[in-house]
Amino acid sequence: MTATALTATDLCCRRGDRWLFSGLSLGLARGQALHILGPNGLGKSSLMRMLAGLLPPSPDPVSGITGAIAWDGPLALMDERHGLDLGQPLGAALAFWARVDGPVPDEAIKGLGLANLLDVPVRYLSTGQKKRAALARLIGQHAPNWLLDEPLNGLDVAACAMVERMIERHCAGGGACIIASHQSLGIPGLTRLDLAEYAL
Amino acid sequence: MKGAALLAILRRDLRLLLLGSGGGGGIMLPILFFLAVAIIFPFAVGPDPKLLARVGGGVIWLAALLAAILPLDRLIEPDREAGLFEQWALRGISEEVIVALRLLAHWLSFAPPLMLATLPAAALLGLDGRTIALVELGLLAGTPGLAAVGVAVATITAGLKGGAALAGLLFIPLCVPLLIFGAGALAIGGESGLALAGAASLVLVALTPFAGAAALRAGR
Repeated sequence: MTATALTATDLCCRRGDRWLFSGLSLGLARGQALHILGPNGLGKSSLMRMLAGLLPPSPDPVSGITGAIAWDGPLALMDERHGLDLGQPLGAALAFWARVDGPVPDEAIKGLGLANLLDVPVRYLSTGQKKRAALARLIGQHAPNWLLDEPLNGLDVAACAMVERMIERHCAGGGACIIASHQSLGIPGLTRLDLAEYAL
Repeated sequence: MKGAALLAILRRDLRLLLLGSGGGGGIMLPILFFLAVAIIFPFAVGPDPKLLARVGGGVIWLAALLAAILPLDRLIEPDREAGLFEQWALRGISEEVIVALRLLAHWLSFAPPLMLATLPAAALLGLDGRTIALVELGLLAGTPGLAAVGVAVATITAGLKGGAALAGLLFIPLCVPLLIFGAGALAIGGESGLALAGAASLVLVALTPFAGAAALRAGR
């Protein structure tokens, strides 16, 4: 499978008066996972939001060209915002997204260790539990393209390994995945992109 | 699928605004506040029935305006903070549609309870039948506008420090036309104010989805 999932060209990012990166082009094939790494404050999250279409690319400081992003198929994003109703029990919060996206598979709920948390209001979940709940929401979206911004933050060792297996399975099933993380990831066949090379 | 998703979002918005999130912050508090203003007004100006009957309609309008400020800080900000608006945007649901749904849910959760609570408030102030009818009709015509201004102001101030206080401050002057037309309808021969309040509401309802969506996009 070599069908492209994403083609992005000439991405530049300016936040306020600060240029973060420029001239970034990347492509992603189906079944491929890409790890975007780099120290804090370099614009990893901004790049993720740009790829998600939430932040328009800035025009290039030299040539004035504005970059373009083209995805094949829907995409799902998980970042530090979990996208769940804080006041609702986890089960009800996920049920809302199930009505929008389709149901979360039971084995995903079990695999993420959420089965006995469904009655607990989202606001009482720990950081790691919220992260796992957000992952369940992401799986329920059934999107072929995943954007994961710091997916391992707040997760314990076992959960980290589980997320890595999850990404592996997603890519093995023909999905594409971009992970922004300062942590190292144990995923075979992972492509790396160091954002520091494009920093301004 | 898209229609089902929109229906699910409307149902969620409505439940959240009516019942609150996790047992707090539903529509009960603003309605009790509205009644409380109507109840304490006679303490301030004295119990003269003629005076109360003359100004009572205006008092109800003012109480409605003040009560409409209370839900503003939980209208948009909690969902923006939780990233729900971004998740909807990723699913290709435009911000305009989302804001329009929120406006509909806000009006549905606010206006009918307010119009119901107007009956005991009117009884406490000793209003006559004609005035009660005009107040209710005026609220029917004016509350869509109040809801629209509320949603627009809440989206603009979402994420700002002290956004709740700023929202209240922005809300009041923007609602002055509705107050003038709605409360003006109570005067003898002022019934055309109802139509003007309705017209102002329509304009505000038409503008709010676009203003709110622009504010949400600019705030990302």
